[in-house]
Amino acid sequence: MLARASDPALLLIAPTGGGKTLAGFLPTLVELADGQHKGLHTLYISPLKALAADIRRNLETPVEEMGLPIRIEDRTGDTSYTKKRRQRADPPHILLTTPESLALLTSYEDAPRIFAGLKRVVVDEIHALAENKRGDQLMLALAKLDSLCPGLRRVGLSATVEDPPALARFLARHPEPCAVLNADPGPAPDIQMLSTQAPPPWSGGGGAYAIEEVLEEVRKHRITLIFHNTRAQAEIFFHHLWMANSDGLPIGIHHGSLDRVQRERVEKAMVQGRLRAVVCTGSLDLGIDWGDVDLVIQVGAPKNVKRLVQRIGRANHRYNAPSKALLVPANRFEVVECVAALEAVKENDLDGDPRGPGPRDVLCQQILITACSGPFEATALFEEVRSAGPYAALTRAAFDECLDYVATGGYALRAYDQWQRLKQRHDGMWQLRDPRASQLIRMNIGTIQDSDTLKVRLKRGGGKPLGEVEEGFAASLTTGDTFLIGGRIVRYEGLRELTVEVSRDPGRKPKVAVFSGTKFATSTQLSHRVLRMFQQDSWPELPAHTAEWLTLQREVSRLPEPGRLLLESFPHDGRQHLVVYGFAGRNAMQTLGLLLTKRMEEEGLAPLGFVSTDYAVLIWGLEAVHDPAPLFGMEALRDGLDGWLAGNAVMKRTFRAAATIAGLINRNTPQARKSGRQATFSSDILYDTLLKYDPDHLLMRITREEAMRGLVDFGRIEEMAARVQGRIDHMRLDRITPLAAPLFLEVGKVPVEGEGRARLEALEAERLMREAGLSP
Amino acid sequence: MNGYDFSLSGARLTARASGTLWWAAEGLLCLSDMHLGKAERMARRGGAALPPYEIRDTLTRLEAEIEALSPATVLCLGDSFDDLAAADALSQAELDWLARLQAGRRWIWLEGNHDPGPIALGGTHLGELALGPLTFRHIAEPGAQGEISGHYHPKAGLRGAARPCFLLDDSRLILPAFGTYTGGLRSRDPVLAGLMQANARAILTGRRTQVLPMPR
Repeated sequence: MLARASDPALLLIAPTGGGKTLAGFLPTLVELADGQHKGLHTLYISPLKALAADIRRNLETPVEEMGLPIRIEDRTGDTSYTKKRRQRADPPHILLTTPESLALLTSYEDAPRIFAGLKRVVVDEIHALAENKRGDQLMLALAKLDSLCPGLRRVGLSATVEDPPALARFLARHPEPCAVLNADPGPAPDIQMLSTQAPPPWSGGGGAYAIEEVLEEVRKHRITLIFHNTRAQAEIFFHHLWMANSDGLPIGIHHGSLDRVQRERVEKAMVQGRLRAVVCTGSLDLGIDWGDVDLVIQVGAPKNVKRLVQRIGRANHRYNAPSKALLVPANRFEVVECVAALEAVKENDLDGDPRGPGPRDVLCQQILITACSGPFEATALFEEVRSAGPYAALTRAAFDECLDYVATGGYALRAYDQWQRLKQRHDGMWQLRDPRASQLIRMNIGTIQDSDTLKVRLKRGGGKPLGEVEEGFAASLTTGDTFLIGGRIVRYEGLRELTVEVSRDPGRKPKVAVFSGTKFATSTQLSHRVLRMFQQDSWPELPAHTAEWLTLQREVSRLPEPGRLLLESFPHDGRQHLVVYGFAGRNAMQTLGLLLTKRMEEEGLAPLGFVSTDYAVLIWGLEAVHDPAPLFGMEALRDGLDGWLAGNAVMKRTFRAAATIAGLINRNTPQARKSGRQATFSSDILYDTLLKYDPDHLLMRITREEAMRGLVDFGRIEEMAARVQGRIDHMRLDRITPLAAPLFLEVGKVPVEGEGRARLEALEAERLMREAGLSP
Repeated sequence: MNGYDFSLSGARLTARASGTLWWAAEGLLCLSDMHLGKAERMARRGGAALPPYEIRDTLTRLEAEIEALSPATVLCLGDSFDDLAAADALSQAELDWLARLQAGRRWIWLEGNHDPGPIALGGTHLGELALGPLTFRHIAEPGAQGEISGHYHPKAGLRGAARPCFLLDDSRLILPAFGTYTGGLRSRDPVLAGLMQANARAILTGRRTQVLPMPR
């Protein structure tokens, strides 16, 4: 590191726990040792608030021991207002922060003074930031810092990734070079399936069947991290673990929806070695040094080989010992996925999709941020933006379009020009028309799209905060419902303002499932591995129960094949069902569900809804499908995309994200959110209006592009179609099949608004009216 | 266009799926809370420039109602404009459009909290209006009988997404908001739950009307 300390940009790739974070700071400590530097010297950016705080603690110790004259502080959304004010007036030598807090800092008029003297930027866990728009925003912020502090040096610290040069181009100031340093990857990990007495259930995602064996492993190790894919699963597992924990092992839970105080308590206990295990989610994915972790358990299929490798790296934070990890498939299907993932890890076959160009909604927000900090010149800003790796190929026309959108709204109908958001002065500089607008813009900086969440508090006992639940989940609760949060069962008492009030409930079994969480799509590569495994004559590498399950499926129906598309249809529980084994990943399967139900509605099959997983979509409706071929014409599906898909919920959700990032919709306003909400109207209305009157508006084009890559993921449907080439096998059966069974317990069912549902709604409303004695 | 027929204080009325109220015996079309000019008002206040198509969209839907029913009277229940300045900011084309809709019929603007004063537009401007057994006003008053009002933008749903709706009981009817850029207040909000009697119904608008016991 020291040898390359003067490089303008450097990417260091090391497995987790290689001490790379401290290595990143070495040049800083050397340069600051003489106590001559005034003001900010090094900025450290991490994707997690907790990581910033943790690194501060880890840095402070050696700095104090060596008696170095260096002031180190962190600054995140959790930092107090007073402290933030003071940091702006008198910045520390080393500031540890997040991309959002940095973007906010650059929006102040006094940004040049705050950052004066800045020499180095250390971007930690850059592989995680590069996965989404937070990375794009960060690179734009760094471009801005470059303009303020010429000669600024950048260092990126990354875990193992599949394409290091691409990450280096992302980090470096374009077109400057960026060397990649590869640290010794260390010994190969020791990774296996956990063998359990009970077989995994046919369906579900909890992993509860493995509780005893997991507890046994916890007893045998110093500290175990038990990873789950969703917060809900972590909650349920923790609850079961706690009930089975007869010898009272200290076990904690950690995920992003828990109250900060609770999370910090768990983090502290871990660092002090007071916990034997922590049940966690992606919130512990990143490089916090959690002490002596010697075992990682992954519950549920890992979905993505790269993420699995990074998680495994959490174990044995020591350099030359192999990381030890166990996989616990949550159901039979995941057994297959886990075995496929194990093989991929052994072959070091990492998956990943190439990054698209820098998204324009983030650029729109950057223009707003720039306007907050003062008048700007368009060409200078364009050059600055182009120096950011993700935006190196941005054209002037595309930039001008974003500027026009920010300034005027960018509509085909030029209305209220006198109320432009930005206006151009006589000297050509752009500025906010109304300087007071900067407050609103600053309140809405960031690209993280959390679904709206509500705080959960205990009604009595001083209103102790427990965490957050999604608004949609809260809306589904009625008084008396019990659910899990922070590993305990609580009873829903009511909604007060925007807080969910609960009381402790001594009951043993929560009545309502917990809130949903992030879902990742299984990578293309892992899906293909699973399909290939299905073709074997027998499965000696699989546990007997799973091999028998696949054999049974082969007997009563058939197994999906790589070059064909398997469909099954059967009646169940008074509804007709169709299962499509597309193996295209969760998002593409969801899109396929939307397109197919649209076609089915046209064919009079009265679909009611569907649910999708990574490998299949299950559609239910009032009428049976006898001839599926007409539903699957690629042309018809593509037409559906152009026409009908424009009006569906996935597009609206994508639009909502883009419109929020681009500043059309404000998540936060100075008027605190009130319970009534009659003032706000949904972003869906804006989407519908634009679709009708201005379908080529910038935000609509951004929405289409993003959706095709992201939530719609049409690329993977095309990939599926190319793989299948019209070879469709339709199995008409009289009952549910082994492979279809797990689909029935999936959460995230999508209703289809059409004739079928209208028929059912009329029936239900009639019944309610009758019961209420209101019928004529 | 379908609707839901009911009686209030002896008057036979129809709640239409579009969110308007039709009193066939009087040839009266009633609608509430158009909030015309909402986008302009937000832009004026330094917020984002929303798509400037909401006036066009609202008037298009109003025009369709007028064409379908040929009302002798159109009664706007207040908050027709998002504020008085928004009314002044209408373009000439929009003013002409309104004038066309008004031609040959009686047009009444009731005051709302957003537009509390006369507007420089044709038609009669009133605070409230009593007609036969019914009283029309912007905000419901407790204890009123035979009252038709707006203001709250009520919405409700059986499950999942809520739709704008009428709220109806033996004494009053509350209309949904007709404007394109209007949000809604769930019927189970204490304000609405307290205003409506125990046997109140919600009449959902949308593809077709759907009546159900008011969700509380």
